[in-house]
Amino acid sequence: MKLWQLTVQEAHRLLLKRDISSRELTESVLDRIAQVEDRVKAFITVTESVARQMAEEADRRLRQGEHVTPLTGIPIAIKDVLCTKGIRTTCGSRILENFVPPYDATCVKRLKEWGAVFVGKTNMDEFAMGSSTEFSAFFPTANPWDLKRVPGGSSGGSAAAVAAGECCAALGTDTGGSVRQPASFCGIVGLKPTYGRVSRFGLIAFASSLDQVGPMTRTVADCAVLLQAIAGHDPWDSTSIPEPVPDYLQELNKEVNGLTIGLPKEYFGEGVDQRIAQMIYGVAKKLETLGVRIEEVSLPTTEYALSAYYIIAPAEASSNLARYDGVQYGYRVPADDIVEMYCKTRKEGFGREVKHRIMLGTYTLSSGYYEAYYLRAAKVRSLIRRDFEKAFQTCQLLMSPTSPILPFPMGERTTDPLLMKMCDICTIPANMAGLPAISLPCGFIDGLPVGLQLTGPPLSEPLLLRGANWIEKQVGLFNCLAPLSVP
Amino acid sequence: MVFQPVIGLEVHAELKTKSKVFCPCPVVWKAPPNTVTCPICMGFPGVLPVLNRKALELTLRTAIALNCHIHHQTIFERKNYYYPDLPKGYQISQKRIPIGFQGWLEIATASGRKKIRIHDVHLEEDTGKSVHGEEAGDPSASFIDYNRSGVPLCEIISEPDIHSVEELEQFMIKLRQLLLFLDVSECRMERGHLRFEASVSVRPQGTNTLGTRVEIKNLNSFRAVSGAVQAEIERQIALLKEGRSVQQQTMLWNEASKRTEPMRTKETAHDYRYFPEPDLVPVLISDEWLAQIRQTLPETADEKTLRFVRVYGLSEKEAELLTATPAVAHFFESAVRHFHDPKGIGNWMLGDLQGLLNESQKDWETCPVSPESLAQLVQLIDDQTISVRMAKEVLREMFATGRAPKTIVSEKGLVQIADQDYVRKVVIQVINNHPHAVADYLSGKDKLIGFFVGQVMKATGGKANPQLANRLVREALESRRTSS
Ligand SMILES: [Zn+2]
Repeated sequence: MKLWQLTVQEAHRLLLKRDISSRELTESVLDRIAQVEDRVKAFITVTESVARQMAEEADRRLRQGEHVTPLTGIPIAIKDVLCTKGIRTTCGSRILENFVPPYDATCVKRLKEWGAVFVGKTNMDEFAMGSSTEFSAFFPTANPWDLKRVPGGSSGGSAAAVAAGECCAALGTDTGGSVRQPASFCGIVGLKPTYGRVSRFGLIAFASSLDQVGPMTRTVADCAVLLQAIAGHDPWDSTSIPEPVPDYLQELNKEVNGLTIGLPKEYFGEGVDQRIAQMIYGVAKKLETLGVRIEEVSLPTTEYALSAYYIIAPAEASSNLARYDGVQYGYRVPADDIVEMYCKTRKEGFGREVKHRIMLGTYTLSSGYYEAYYLRAAKVRSLIRRDFEKAFQTCQLLMSPTSPILPFPMGERTTDPLLMKMCDICTIPANMAGLPAISLPCGFIDGLPVGLQLTGPPLSEPLLLRGANWIEKQVGLFNCLAPLSVP
Repeated sequence: MVFQPVIGLEVHAELKTKSKVFCPCPVVWKAPPNTVTCPICMGFPGVLPVLNRKALELTLRTAIALNCHIHHQTIFERKNYYYPDLPKGYQISQKRIPIGFQGWLEIATASGRKKIRIHDVHLEEDTGKSVHGEEAGDPSASFIDYNRSGVPLCEIISEPDIHSVEELEQFMIKLRQLLLFLDVSECRMERGHLRFEASVSVRPQGTNTLGTRVEIKNLNSFRAVSGAVQAEIERQIALLKEGRSVQQQTMLWNEASKRTEPMRTKETAHDYRYFPEPDLVPVLISDEWLAQIRQTLPETADEKTLRFVRVYGLSEKEAELLTATPAVAHFFESAVRHFHDPKGIGNWMLGDLQGLLNESQKDWETCPVSPESLAQLVQLIDDQTISVRMAKEVLREMFATGRAPKTIVSEKGLVQIADQDYVRKVVIQVINNHPHAVADYLSGKDKLIGFFVGQVMKATGGKANPQLANRLVREALESRRTSS
């Protein structure tokens, strides 16, 4: 076994025993990046020298037994939407192509405190707007399981890097499924925590009321470790939850007894690849034989979730992205007057999809339309939340496909916005309701990974991880690495 | 036809907080450009605002003092527009659910007291400041100073209840006084702590319809507001009298030409696309908190005036003058605490000391004479250690040097002679030295008494207590009359 193939926990055990050093582990991962990156294209920036420095520091800590955590010395990749002090952060956009943040996002800071090693910043759809990573301003990322297909998005770079062994784990962000859907497409584990569980400070905003940072790993236990590091109240984020953080790893191994899992029927119906639906039903049957109560539930507002999402997210985005005006930082097209500079800068700096959403959001917030669109969408949002509350009265977790479709060929959906947006119908409701949800691999169809999604009530991450961990054991898919042949 | 002006005022008051409203940067006057900034107030990618509780509390205090209703759950909203000094492309403000709404402020007018209704009181952040190239040494470029960006502002919006420039001025004076007494803003006009926007229309006297409104922006002094509104009223009336109509537009005040002029930018028909700020949670204002603020609300100027009349026995006029600002009221009360002669202290403050302040362009906060020193001076007069004439001289010296009156009096040997026996001796001497004058006095020239007193003062180097000298001279002369 090569070192880059280790899970976070395996690597941690070896590091603790001093069987390996972080330097060796990091070099192995950097070698792997060198071998496969020209085909996968997961990274916008690979930070070799930063990684080597951090590995050295981690080894020192490990040697001296000083503040050693489960992430000390572990190579991690970070989605390029999270600010990293001194390391270029592009958000997948031309407009921030040369932006070097003067500060660290809170979750990045926490990973640093835990002694993690940063190997690079991963590719993404521009400003996290997309479901295939094809809307990156720089290049598309390939799905490591089939290089002609997309890895999902918008955290496609992080998902592909984890699946290709270009890092042990990664951070992604999830606004409408951007952690879970690429996790599903790449055969890895991806968690979107409860809204407010992880600080958004330093996460370059797409839609503030929906964005959450989440771990992307090859095992559920690794996911728990990463969440442990980044979760918790942050005084710099007013929307972060001031609740204490449980010990997720400890919670992971508790017994799963008397669990009732609901299958929301709307997530299995029209628009869902029936082979995927059958696979999830298959897992449900297996769990039933093991003593889990399976129940069909209904979330009737699901059909409105997508529409409401496409009002709220662009509205917030249109305002969040107003700051990219060429005045202070980022791309600027010089012009004779200020208005012309704004127009040219934003016209050239933003990609088509981003401009599309800015226009949509500007329109729906306009005087005379606000009540008809934004306000109504906000009402739909509370209805969605109520639907979930009702469902959670009878079951503890909900199970569904993560994505209604299999990873699709590159280029297939880029010209059809509606088709692209359909990718998110199973993931968006959790964002709209602020609920935690996790995707984990549950099988393969035509050699392509299929993700299973569990959704829980607010702050139910311990249960969610425990359930996922147990299902992972039953399904038997653990540490799935894409079989990229090395020339 | 007689026209009635209809005026509404929007006031931005800079709140007196140590730090900015959504980041930890300090609020500093006149720091070098862009030195009190951080990624948050510069609107960098990924930053988030965190509300300064003090700014909220000061706004709440203002809303309560302006008799507003309070929203128990208030929210912040984004006001979206593009401007170079607006780093995020939106300003965090309040629109639909402001902290306070439907209040009023009472003003005194020629025809009695009048309530001006307040539409709402809310909290928002200030923007940066554009600096034109010439000022920064490069005429080909524009610069932006973000030091102001994120400074907390309390915005107070009146209803269009103001019907004359006199009422407008009263409103501004009264509002500034209120903000000062509440200790929510320093209200230093020269530092732009108070900024105004006025909306003006006119209508035929006696009608209730509203004319076309013109907004005048960027008014930074009482004088500018009065001047601009006066000029705008005249402009509108002139238009209407010519049979033309008023255009709805935004104007600027040209101080030099004394005219309002239309703003050149397209900023007039803005759609700010307000929506709830998703980065901040709704703010809950509990009854307990409100009660606590109400209880600790500082005394208003009006309340203070009444109390000064009642407690210190001042006239209403004196009390009003001594409560014009928190600083003068505080000076007065501290001085009275040191020596209880409110009338005397008040007289000296409003008379000689105010004169000295005016001469040197200082105010009660920067007054070189401390309340304690003034109290001491009044005490020296009261116990007849020095005369009023001496005191005037001593006060001037105190003002120039900041030293205590007792020190000055003893150094200059100014202590007045109140020793009866000694003064009587001098009086006898003076009378004996001027037999002719004595004869003249006894023959009816009463006014000569002044001459004798003057001689006594001269003989004592001006130190004899004048009242004492006067009495003893008269006694001595009268005794000559009866004995002769
Ligand atoms: Zn700041």
